[in-house]
Amino acid sequence: MHELAITQSLIKIALAKAEEAGALRIKKINLQIGRLTGYVPEAVEMNFRMMTPGTRAEGAELDIQWVPVRCRCRECGTEYRSEELDLTCPQCGVLSGQIIDGREMFIDSMEIDN
Amino acid sequence: MTEIKILKNILDENRHRADDNRQVFNKHGILALNFIASPGAGKTTLLEKTIFGLKDRLNFAVIEGDITGDYDARRLAALGIPVVQINTEGGCHLDAGMVHRAYQDFRLDKVDILAVENVGNLVCPAEFDLGEAFKVVVLSVPEGDDKPAKYPLIFSEAGAVIFSKIDLLKAVNFGLDKARADVRRINREAPIFELSAATGQGMGEWLEWLSGKVESMKGDEAG
Ligand SMILES: Nc1nc2c(ncn2[C@@H]2O[C@H](COP(=O)(O)OP(=O)(O)OP(=O)(O)O)[C@@H](O)[C@H]2O)c(=O)[nH]1
Ligand SMILES: [Mg+2]
Ligand SMILES: [Zn+2]
Repeated sequence: MHELAITQSLIKIALAKAEEAGALRIKKINLQIGRLTGYVPEAVEMNFRMMTPGTRAEGAELDIQWVPVRCRCRECGTEYRSEELDLTCPQCGVLSGQIIDGREMFIDSMEIDN
Repeated sequence: MTEIKILKNILDENRHRADDNRQVFNKHGILALNFIASPGAGKTTLLEKTIFGLKDRLNFAVIEGDITGDYDARRLAALGIPVVQINTEGGCHLDAGMVHRAYQDFRLDKVDILAVENVGNLVCPAEFDLGEAFKVVVLSVPEGDDKPAKYPLIFSEAGAVIFSKIDLLKAVNFGLDKARADVRRINREAPIFELSAATGQGMGEWLEWLSGKVESMKGDEAG
């Protein structure tokens, strides 16, 4: 269900930016979504189709670029990918990682017709 | 066709509201806690026992988040504390705006701890900051010792982790060491409490720690 909240904000931001830019139509919205988020593409897509008819976002494509989970070690500064979230630094072997990527839910850019 | 850069976080609006809430809580010296767990993990029972154990010393207020109904709010109101029920009507989490509306009903100067019981769910509430000082993630042992590994995000965000219903440990074969180690792998700092709200086992340690948190917050303010 929280796809509903996410889709609502996404549409709100996209429409505001489209208006600012004087766009007639939004063709494509490029998203950056972290692997750690609970973002479910199918659900957002479905909500988006339901909520955009009659707006400048009607028919827009949602393109997702998935951002992998990355950590940085607080001890030695090593940055590493963490498939299953694990803060253990591969270099030091201690629990020293801080999550630096993987939580994003960004609108990166939009393609518009004007 | 033109491409325009947006670079905007989809959850920005919630984040700003959460920051506003946090400022209000700080201003009034309120420790706000966001209780997160699966349905039936024992959040309300833990809150009842926590409030019962500390209400001579500290003033509580509670915001109850449920999809529908006011069962939990009535249980807590029976303790004679201010309670506001939020119904999300299907929504899987509370957001900062809902919490903002809810606390308008409290006399904030009279509150030391604002406990928010989030909707039962280990996934969605991780994404929505409410303005709390920290999240308390409750895992009841019947749910299984693999949950920290399966829902790492929420456990990584916790300010405190509680393994609840510890009286059922033997019956359900929950590996305490495994669960503890998995929490540690993803969260270096959060204290882990093992307790039973039903028998009272382990409650003392949790209550001491919590009241210590209130004191150190009030101390920071004074200093
Ligand atoms: N054995 C045992 N049972 C418990 C304990 N704490 C809660 N329960 C039982 O677990 C069930 C659910 O407890 P609640 O406190 O309502 O759980 P909750 O997480 O608030 O549930 P929802 O708000 O519906 O998600 C009830 O039947 C409680 O009596 C405990 O420490 N030990
Ligand atoms: Mg409850
Ligand atoms: Zn390291």
